[in-house]
Amino acid sequence: MSLLEIRNLKVEFDTAKGPFKALDGVDYTVDAGEVLAIVGESGSGKSVAMLATMGLLPDSATITADKMEFEGLDLRTLSAKEKRKVIGRDISMIFQEPIASLNPCFTVGFQLSETLKAHTDLKGKQIKDRVIEIMTAVGIPDPAGRLNAFPHQMSGGQCQRVMIAMAIACSPKLLIADEPTTALDVTIQKQILDLIVKLQQDSGMGLIMITHDMGVVAETADRVIVQYKGRKMEEASVLSLFENPQNPYTKALLSALPENATGDRLPTVSDFAEAGGF
Amino acid sequence: MSEDVILKVRDVYRTYDIKGSLFKKASQLTAVKGVSLDVERGSTLAVVGESGCGKSTLARMLTMIDAQTSGSIEIDGLPIDISKTGISKEMRQKVQIVFQNPYGSLNPRQKIGHVLEEPLLLNTDMPAAERKDLALQMLQKVGLQPEHYGRYPHMFSGGQRQRIAIARAIMMKPKLLVLDEPVSALDLSVQAQILNLLADLQDEMGLTYVFISHDLSVVRYIADKVMVMYFGEVVEYGTRDEVFNNPQHDYTKTLFAATPRADVESIKKRLAAKAA
Repeated sequence: MSLLEIRNLKVEFDTAKGPFKALDGVDYTVDAGEVLAIVGESGSGKSVAMLATMGLLPDSATITADKMEFEGLDLRTLSAKEKRKVIGRDISMIFQEPIASLNPCFTVGFQLSETLKAHTDLKGKQIKDRVIEIMTAVGIPDPAGRLNAFPHQMSGGQCQRVMIAMAIACSPKLLIADEPTTALDVTIQKQILDLIVKLQQDSGMGLIMITHDMGVVAETADRVIVQYKGRKMEEASVLSLFENPQNPYTKALLSALPENATGDRLPTVSDFAEAGGF
Repeated sequence: MSEDVILKVRDVYRTYDIKGSLFKKASQLTAVKGVSLDVERGSTLAVVGESGCGKSTLARMLTMIDAQTSGSIEIDGLPIDISKTGISKEMRQKVQIVFQNPYGSLNPRQKIGHVLEEPLLLNTDMPAAERKDLALQMLQKVGLQPEHYGRYPHMFSGGQRQRIAIARAIMMKPKLLVLDEPVSALDLSVQAQILNLLADLQDEMGLTYVFISHDLSVVRYIADKVMVMYFGEVVEYGTRDEVFNNPQHDYTKTLFAATPRADVESIKKRLAAKAA
């Protein structure tokens, strides 16, 4: 049985101009210990799919799916209360903007302990010990001293480490990382990606990496789903996707990478769009 | 040879005063420490570095938004020191800038036509009809349509807005264009379109670019010369091939090692390491 299995997921938003289809019948499966990358440009529905799974979309969204199961548990029929037991403990998420995702009014130690208070039976000193343990695991120097630091006193990379610590605090079975390194410098990006992959390999959790960066896909994924305008264009193992892309859109995307440039001009997706018919 | 150099920067420093408070002494921060560079006419210099390394401060000095604290800047033979001489219209015509965020750099209440005509309105005595003609020509040049003239920024996509920002920058026919992370906020396929547009404009108008970026794959594609900055200092400066093939400084090496690789060989290597 897959860890997460979604069949025919559709998401529609009510807008002033009528319903807008953000996602049109996409399937996702992730196994334990697997890294799935969902890659696409803005508007491809890559984040919407996972926000729908987490139940984080606003009321204007209509979500339908033939199947939406996490470890055999039907996420569609769960009440909000039951869902909160799963979300944050067994499934957790890291977002793009680390500084915006943390509450500026509370110390990072307090924010980290909230997750543990909500989802575990740990008390007082045990919570503090666990917080220090996970802060050490994500490589925050002097964790005991940083407990009382506020988010603005830390750098972007450190804040992202705190977000990762929060996400793995309850040893989740599935971690969803939504563009976790887009806001960071290249050298910091490398550290954060290495950290996420190491945590994934050590714990054997499933990992979904949402990104628009083909480099990040190449460095982390086992399997890749390419999305465009709410549809799945291609699904393949990372090696066969880069070695032998099947879908015209994937080919276009890969040839638009500046490092693959051969001539004077970069081919653009629209050059391929007419020939490929997408 | 020397007359080919359009931008000449010698030993430029920029120091900011940080105000003190009850609990903190006033201090000084030197954002750019002794930068010297030469850019030849029609070529592209890429400036690379992480956030806080001073690359945007350098851009602000080159575009006369900020004055240098010491050192000399010379653009097309014209010495620039705005703290002493102020800015003349002649200086403004030499250099223009395109910013990173195309959503933030256009006034939402200004029609595109007005956006493009404003530099001419402020700096020249051109009559209105002529300004409009030029703006319409410019729209076509950057790949937009004449009907876009009367529209507002919110009606355009990110890539189109960046085209508008580029059009505005070249309205004055500058010699030097400073591009501060012009494609970082754009999707991959749009990024390719904008890079192509910049290459076309460079050929057509003989523009010189100072291209600020943190994306090494873009830099490798577009640059003739590369300068790597680290904590306000230049740690590496040379032609593209020199810097990419034989990096000297430790920071440059770290930067190259940290850049994700999207080629098949690297993926094979990674998968093999993981299986082991």
